[in-house]
Amino acid sequence: MDQTAAGSGADLTLAHLVKDFGSFTAVDDLSLVIPSGSFFALLGPSGCGKTTTLRMVAGLERPTSGQILIGGRDVTGTRAHQRPVNTVFQSYALFPHLTVLENVAFGLKRTKAADPLSKAGDALDLVELRHLAERRPTQLSGGQQQRVALARAIVNNPAVLLLDEPLGALDLKLRRQMQVELKRIQTEVGLTFVHVTHDQEEAMTMADTVAVMNEGRIEQMGSPAELYELPRTAFVANFLGQSNLLRGTVLDAGKLTIGVDIGGTRVRVPSPRAVSHSGTVLVGVRPEKLHLVPDDEDVPAGTNVVGPGTIVDVSFTGVSTQYLVEVPGHGTMSVFVQNILGGVGARVGDQVRLAWAIKHTFGLDGADDLAAGAVDLDGEA
Amino acid sequence: MSVLAGLGGAAVSAVAPTRTARSGASLLLAPGMAYLGLFFVVPVVALLATSLYVPVPGGDVGQFQPAFEWRNYVEAVATYWPQMVRSFGYALIATVAALLIGYPMAYVIAVRARGRAFLQGLLLVLVIAPFFTSFILRTIAWKQILADESLVVSVMRAVSLLPPDGRLTATSFAVVSGLTYNFLPFMTLPIYASLERLDPRLMEAGADLYANGPTTFWRVTLPLSMPGVVSGTLLTFIPASGDYVNSVLLGNNTTTMIGQVIDSRFFKVSDYPTAAALSVILMVLILGLVSAYVRRAGTEDLL
Repeated sequence: MDQTAAGSGADLTLAHLVKDFGSFTAVDDLSLVIPSGSFFALLGPSGCGKTTTLRMVAGLERPTSGQILIGGRDVTGTRAHQRPVNTVFQSYALFPHLTVLENVAFGLKRTKAADPLSKAGDALDLVELRHLAERRPTQLSGGQQQRVALARAIVNNPAVLLLDEPLGALDLKLRRQMQVELKRIQTEVGLTFVHVTHDQEEAMTMADTVAVMNEGRIEQMGSPAELYELPRTAFVANFLGQSNLLRGTVLDAGKLTIGVDIGGTRVRVPSPRAVSHSGTVLVGVRPEKLHLVPDDEDVPAGTNVVGPGTIVDVSFTGVSTQYLVEVPGHGTMSVFVQNILGGVGARVGDQVRLAWAIKHTFGLDGADDLAAGAVDLDGEA
Repeated sequence: MSVLAGLGGAAVSAVAPTRTARSGASLLLAPGMAYLGLFFVVPVVALLATSLYVPVPGGDVGQFQPAFEWRNYVEAVATYWPQMVRSFGYALIATVAALLIGYPMAYVIAVRARGRAFLQGLLLVLVIAPFFTSFILRTIAWKQILADESLVVSVMRAVSLLPPDGRLTATSFAVVSGLTYNFLPFMTLPIYASLERLDPRLMEAGADLYANGPTTFWRVTLPLSMPGVVSGTLLTFIPASGDYVNSVLLGNNTTTMIGQVIDSRFFKVSDYPTAAALSVILMVLILGLVSAYVRRAGTEDLL
């Protein structure tokens, strides 16, 4: 391990990284820079190449071509045990023949660090498990094993900490708790965290920067809010939260907005928020940005309106109500209405129009697949 | 249940399911118990009794009568302790050699060939293949391999590993080689089973935590395969220490093992009490050694 590269984290640079498995390209010319001290999430469905990318950074997989640099030093040709990188494995991979404390001290002993056991004890304090130090991993619950795996990686003070779906095996409540905990620990130790997950909520909750991966490439990268408010591909729009996407044709392209004809209705999209300014485009809007407007009510200026349509489904979830509205010519659109007034406002069968602020509209390339990246309700791709 | 109820008619009622289950269990156990009783308990008792017999005064060779002559044991040990020590020595060397040869074999099959089912199957068949030929025949084949005119001996003479008039047959080396070879699959297979179960991510975790190949092996792979090593060494050591075929076929009268002594005491000179006493001693010593070994190996929580 190179002690100079370790410390409070280091930049991780991937340059034109490619990994082929036979004729299948798992990672396809991937380039990105993850700044030191950041919490970075690689988000994508299973099989998108995110875990392969992580394993290449860890040194457990050799790239077909491209470079990996940690803190400016090329580590592409080095072996896993020579890299200042530690991994929290998906299944934790704790050593069953060692106690919790010995597990955590394993890396320190290999690097001949001074006083490995007391440092390991401190790391167990960080994850609040000091009292279980003498137990065997099999005697711990899933959540506790997860913390031990985290302590075992963090204690080495790696330049980059890799987390491979670390919360995948935990139940929902524990997962929420660990999300908060992971974020706290990252802030406390200040290491560079690279987190691989298929759970968009997990990625958005914890990461400063999220890269959405699909078929070995990065679709889009940015802060969670950026990605959510302004997706640049249909895949991102559907994979990260939900979107209503409507296919249309550009009528006029102005300086501030472009006008798009969608099934006979003219809507406007702010020019900077549109990927494409001519031909066929997709017009998108997030469900919570939509308002239900009764047929006879006026809409304010600066608003796009479609409809009227018929409400075909109402699901009340407490915090909000989801309406599915069948709009002739546009298909089914989804609307989230926050529960501010109390109770459900509209009923199945009601005729409504859908309105939203022009500034919330985004425009995508018309060649994108409308359903790309749409996921099942349980969040598993 | 319905079959039992049908067989028992009205007598078997639904109120006593535990009794039925219990009698069902003992019914299932009965053949095994009967077999063990007849072929293990009775012979052991007979062996213990025979080991204390004394010759019939003025009787023929091979005529004995029941007695409680514990000096049979003292005499047996006093006379045959060199063969006893040699047996355990040979068995120990053969076990260590089999471990050194068998572990890498098991490792290649279980770890290196993982995911390649055909190769794994082929290699496993090769390990087991010798069992298709008789134990005796294979040992006789070794006699040929190690014979004075054989390739092995001439090569070893040529490279001065053996003096020009040196030979391999009728030496301890030949006996230990035979033992090692004959019990190698018993060493390899349990280790293979252990390594096969080993999660490859644990080795990756070792590499990730700065352990190089040898260190990962020493700190992760080997400790986790200890259950296999322990069963493999037991399966090799126990039969090897009682074996006499190898020493008869490959050795000479300076390589006599305790199994050979028991054989000749029993069948050649009809000295049943000494043969029985030696058998009991061998059994007790093996039990003692094995339990001490298992305790020291400390693999209880992994087994």
